[in-house]
Amino acid sequence: MIKAILIFNNHGKPRLSKFYEHYTEDTEQQIIRETFHLVSKRDENVCNFLEGGLLIGGSENKLIYRHYATLYFVFCVDSSESELGILDLIQVFVETLDKCFENVCELDLIFHMDKVHNILAEMVMGGMVLETNMSEISTQAEAHSKMEKSEAGIAGAPARAVSAVKNMNLPEMPKNINIGDISIKVPNLSSFK
Amino acid sequence: MALKIVKGSIDRMFDKNLQDLVRGIRNHKEDEAKYISTCIDEIKQELKQDNIAVKANAVCKLTYLQMLGYDVSWAAFNIVEVMSSSKFTFKRIGYLAASQCFHEGTDVIMLTTNQIRKDLSSPNQYDTGVALTGLSCFVTPDLARDLANDIMTLMSHTKPYIRKKAVLIMYKVFLKYPESLRPAFPRLKEKLEDPDPGVQSAAVNVICELARRNPKNYLSLAPLFFKLMTSSTNNWVLIKIIKLFGALTPLEPRLGKKLIEPLTNLIHSTSAMSLLYECVNTVIAVLISLSSGMPNHSASIQLCVQKLRILIEDSDQNLKYLGLLAMSKILKTHPKSVQSHKDLILQCLDDKDESIRLRALDLLYGMVSKKNLMEIVKKLMLHVDKAEGTTYRDELLTKIIDICSQSNYQYITNFEWYISILVELTRLEGTRHGHLIASQMLDVAIRVKAIRGFAVAQMATLLDNAHLLTGNTQRNGICEVLYAAAWICGEFSEHLEDPMQTLEAMLRPKVATLPGHIQAVYVQNAAKLFATVLQKHEGETDSQAAQETSQLLIDRLPLFVQSANLEVQERASCILQLVKYIQKLQQKNVEVAEEVTALFAGELNPVAPKAQKKVPIPEGLDLDAWINEPPSESESEDEKPKAVFAKEEPKHYRSRNTEVDEKELARRREVRKQEQANNPFYIKASPSSQKVYDAPGVEHIPVVQIDLSVPLKVPGMPMSDQYLKLEEERQQKEKAERKKKEKKKKREKRGKGRKADSGPESEEDITPAQHVDIVTEEMPENALPSDDDDKDPNDPHRALDIDLDKPLADSEKLPVRTHRPEVLKSPAEDRVSESVPPETKKKSSKEKKEKKKDKEKDRKRSKEEKKKKKKHKEVEEELLESQPEEPVQSEETKEAAAPPTSTSAEEVTVPSSAVETSSAAVPESEPDEPKDTEPEDTKSSKHKKKKQKKEKEEKEKKKKKRHHHHHHHGEAGGEDSVQNGTVEEEEPLPPMSNYSVLAENSFIKMMREDAEQVYDIQGNHQDESKVVVSIIFENKSDSFLKSMEFNVLDSLNSKLQRPEGAGPHDGLTVPFQLPPGVSNEARFVFSVQSIVMPQKLKGTLTFIVKSDESSTHEKLDFKLHFTCTSYLITTPCYSDAYAKLLESGDLKGSSLRLEGINMPFHHLLARICFHHHFSVVERIDSCASMYSRSIQGHHVCLLVKTSDQTVSIDAKCDEPSLLGNVLDELKQTFSKC
Repeated sequence: MIKAILIFNNHGKPRLSKFYEHYTEDTEQQIIRETFHLVSKRDENVCNFLEGGLLIGGSENKLIYRHYATLYFVFCVDSSESELGILDLIQVFVETLDKCFENVCELDLIFHMDKVHNILAEMVMGGMVLETNMSEISTQAEAHSKMEKSEAGIAGAPARAVSAVKNMNLPEMPKNINIGDISIKVPNLSSFK
Repeated sequence: MALKIVKGSIDRMFDKNLQDLVRGIRNHKEDEAKYISTCIDEIKQELKQDNIAVKANAVCKLTYLQMLGYDVSWAAFNIVEVMSSSKFTFKRIGYLAASQCFHEGTDVIMLTTNQIRKDLSSPNQYDTGVALTGLSCFVTPDLARDLANDIMTLMSHTKPYIRKKAVLIMYKVFLKYPESLRPAFPRLKEKLEDPDPGVQSAAVNVICELARRNPKNYLSLAPLFFKLMTSSTNNWVLIKIIKLFGALTPLEPRLGKKLIEPLTNLIHSTSAMSLLYECVNTVIAVLISLSSGMPNHSASIQLCVQKLRILIEDSDQNLKYLGLLAMSKILKTHPKSVQSHKDLILQCLDDKDESIRLRALDLLYGMVSKKNLMEIVKKLMLHVDKAEGTTYRDELLTKIIDICSQSNYQYITNFEWYISILVELTRLEGTRHGHLIASQMLDVAIRVKAIRGFAVAQMATLLDNAHLLTGNTQRNGICEVLYAAAWICGEFSEHLEDPMQTLEAMLRPKVATLPGHIQAVYVQNAAKLFATVLQKHEGETDSQAAQETSQLLIDRLPLFVQSANLEVQERASCILQLVKYIQKLQQKNVEVAEEVTALFAGELNPVAPKAQKKVPIPEGLDLDAWINEPPSESESEDEKPKAVFAKEEPKHYRSRNTEVDEKELARRREVRKQEQANNPFYIKASPSSQKVYDAPGVEHIPVVQIDLSVPLKVPGMPMSDQYLKLEEERQQKEKAERKKKEKKKKREKRGKGRKADSGPESEEDITPAQHVDIVTEEMPENALPSDDDDKDPNDPHRALDIDLDKPLADSEKLPVRTHRPEVLKSPAEDRVSESVPPETKKKSSKEKKEKKKDKEKDRKRSKEEKKKKKKHKEVEEELLESQPEEPVQSEETKEAAAPPTSTSAEEVTVPSSAVETSSAAVPESEPDEPKDTEPEDTKSSKHKKKKQKKEKEEKEKKKKKRHHHHHHHGEAGGEDSVQNGTVEEEEPLPPMSNYSVLAENSFIKMMREDAEQVYDIQGNHQDESKVVVSIIFENKSDSFLKSMEFNVLDSLNSKLQRPEGAGPHDGLTVPFQLPPGVSNEARFVFSVQSIVMPQKLKGTLTFIVKSDESSTHEKLDFKLHFTCTSYLITTPCYSDAYAKLLESGDLKGSSLRLEGINMPFHHLLARICFHHHFSVVERIDSCASMYSRSIQGHHVCLLVKTSDQTVSIDAKCDEPSLLGNVLDELKQTFSKC
């Protein structure tokens, strides 16, 4: 079982949090902070496994994480999951994001948290891995957005236009924040087909 | 219309959307909280609007805020509103918000049930998908119960996208509603072979998750998983399956043996590291389960260790970590094969990665030996010095202690070395593990007598330099060590060289800054030291020294008398008075040493931690018995019913020592405090008076920080390193001596063994430096062996520990929607209610008519059996319908029992209330039987066959036992019911056998058991009853009998159950062969439609007789007789229910008269009970009422009277033809006697 999936940036700002067990909002924030504290002090070239934090699950659980550019992707899992399998899963997740957002960067995650959630939902459901095939995941995600567009139809057009204008007006939106694309550096792991 | 929509959206485009919110938050970095609170106000406004789009937008923003840590549960109702939007876009937003913030405590969740159900059955697969995803996050027990059936239907959805989600969510449903596991399991199992790989993977996922917690229930799936493992190419699925096998093998070692080969192949062939790693892991699990150490598996171990070494040597830190992790598993059972890689593991200790170092430490634990312990610990000590102030250092410290103390200090040859290691460890600043070191010191000093002198000297030095340990902060955990030091010095003070000096060290004013419990030990042990000093100076002419000591104590102790700690204060004042008195005596030159020493006389022995628990309760001691009889109730309390007293009082008394009482005490204390606080006359302790005592307390003393730039080295303390050198020298010397001796020996016995000197010395060769006697911990006499591995009672997975092989009972159906709320009844009530005419029927009148028609048809049919050649179709229709004159309820039962998929949408079925009709039957029948008889098992592997045979044999034994039991049961039933009548002297019952010869020839004899195991099976079949017939085959010839095939000619009513795919006339292979003189039992399952008539089935058994010269084909014909009694199940019935049943008037009567019965009445009853499956309801003198029930729910009541060899039986039953047949059979039974 996957207990939680967290994405936060190099400063510990949460970009996505998905808990598959219920915690209060305060505890969730504490878990995010604790996890960030544990993960961020580790060097780049050490292993990606951490024996769990105190708050989430204790000794049975492991934190498995990957660090891409400015973001940490952390999965908290119990002993029934394969460590290397989860690492691959994170990779699949990021590659899918990359495909859906076209060169994903932190800003995409910041402004489209709901989209990221929807993609994640096609991959992990209720703490269990639903799909590991990248093309299948992105097909479903595309089908969803197609449905959305067809529903919005003519009524959605003005809103879209306005938001496009809003985006144009804002100087901070694009590249002046120096966030590079998420570079995907994969250590030599043969991943799943 | 369109214009309106556009207008609405133009209004809304100036609302903030999620992007605007995020942007806003980023622009208000300084006053983020304030900005967000204004945003929340806006959101609240938006939620009040009617436009669903606005609401959805607001909810979307709330989801974001929830992630930032804001509580949004106040909007739960709005979330539900958005969830119920008909547009996918909004629905998804709603479900996402719900999945993020709903939980079991959310009360609006109740409102969602119908909405979710609607979404689940939506024609749009994405609506269904979104609902499933959301539900997986917030499913509650109520939702699980109400929706289980709908989700189960979705498991067979046409779209794989839905199927896989439905399969996956079932796990969550099981967790919340464990009752759903058994009904849903068959379908889940089917999904393992789903054509879509995604669905298959989901099913594997769920079953693995289930099996991990309760593996034994899933052993029967092993062959299926084995097949999947060899056929699947999906690595994800393979990993899951292999992990599952890892959990199963400890339960079934034979499975392990089968696994080794394919796993080894995978290890060699796969390129995916993740798969390789899991294979290695499971092979290790297999090897552990086969720990008998079979020689041919050493190759597998070598392979694993080799592969792991490759992983550990890899530059990828992840692989290195996992390699070490797996290695530690091998270590437990095959330490030798790991030890050869010591170099590699020691190397990992230097790794920069902490996770890897920790893993390597774990491994070291198992790798030490007498020979290398000192060396390894030395290395660790170096690391300790390097790892200043980290948690890793604490970990190192515990590991050093673990390594040294493991298995009763097995590997320590020199305890002086160990003590000095412990002393060195005390120099660590800021460690949390002071108490651990302390307990080690105590343990070693107490249990190793030879070391006490040395230990005491060390501890005295520690005490002398206590300021170094306590120097920095109070919170410093290391000062715990002083507790041990003081105690050791005091307890073993006879070993002290200069007790006076130690005493002085223990009474320094600085001590008062230590924690209370340590001070208390100081004070107490100061007294012990005082006794020793007195003892020493006794007899000396000059009593100056002794008097000085007394004076020292009198001077210093008052400091402790003022302590805020009660324990310290109490001990100090007590000892102070004692010393004062002794001083008086000393001044009179009285010899007191002896008396003072006597205060602390006696040796303390270590007691095992579990000793207290294991003290056996002495014979004749009843802990629950009254010590004094409870006081009789006073008259004034007459109004209270007696029963209340009887129940409550003993509970109250018994809980005297339990927590409850403590709670009660605490409560009373609280009440008393309250009372005192409110009572103006009660003088409260004023806070100011307390301060007087506090004055010299901790807070008021300025703590001087001692800056120690020089490493802490306690002067005069031996370094552990020197022991290492000493030890090496000593070993060298010993070796040399041994060599000399051996040379001598060699000279003496030339030609005899020369292995000893050339190879490395073995463990035993190292002799301990000093003779060490490790005192074992004491245990009480006749301690009871017990293992306390209680499972956590709160574990949700415990509820899922369910036997999945048992056939389903009606009561286990998943609840299906009904139009009216049903009231659940207890089984006892239920039985009664069946006799009462049913309430309003829930079927349409049309259906009713049809049913009547069918009933008439059936009646005709039962009268003229031979005429019933009707159209095939019609017959089938009848099969689907129920039995002719059956009461309507049971028909409903069957409806409910039918699988939910087959019930059409408009059909409304009644669950649970009527359903339990057959539940009583289930516990009687053995759950595993039908499975065993299924011949498909014969296909499976050889070892399985053997196992089954064994099982069968066991079962046979069990069965025999049960019959015995049965027999007793009948008798007991008779006796129990003697209520008002005189108790006759009842003679023992004659033995009754249940087996009768079915057919026999010169080769074989078939014995058939009369009382079949009868049970009702529910499942995917329509309503048929199944009857199991056990037949014993006995080989009477001298030849070997094999290839036995059992076949019967099916009648319309009764059919032999054949495996799927077999034709209606195919025989069943008997799953065993018979060597000469051997008998074995096989069981066959028959499905029976109508049970009102007895049945005879013709059958043949064909077999091959194989003797030395020839083999011939033989056959034996037989007739299987299904009596009506065999359809009856012994069912207990209470007399009031029985009376109601008779009153109801539904039953039709019949009677029977038996003449010339010459047996005691209780024998007669026992016979009826035993042969005809009745139970005695009530017995008065020579009259008894009896009850039984058929597998299809007919009630059969008997009233048996006897007078002068004549027995009259009045019988009532709701099915006359069944009754008639049962009575005929009764008559036959007694005519035989």
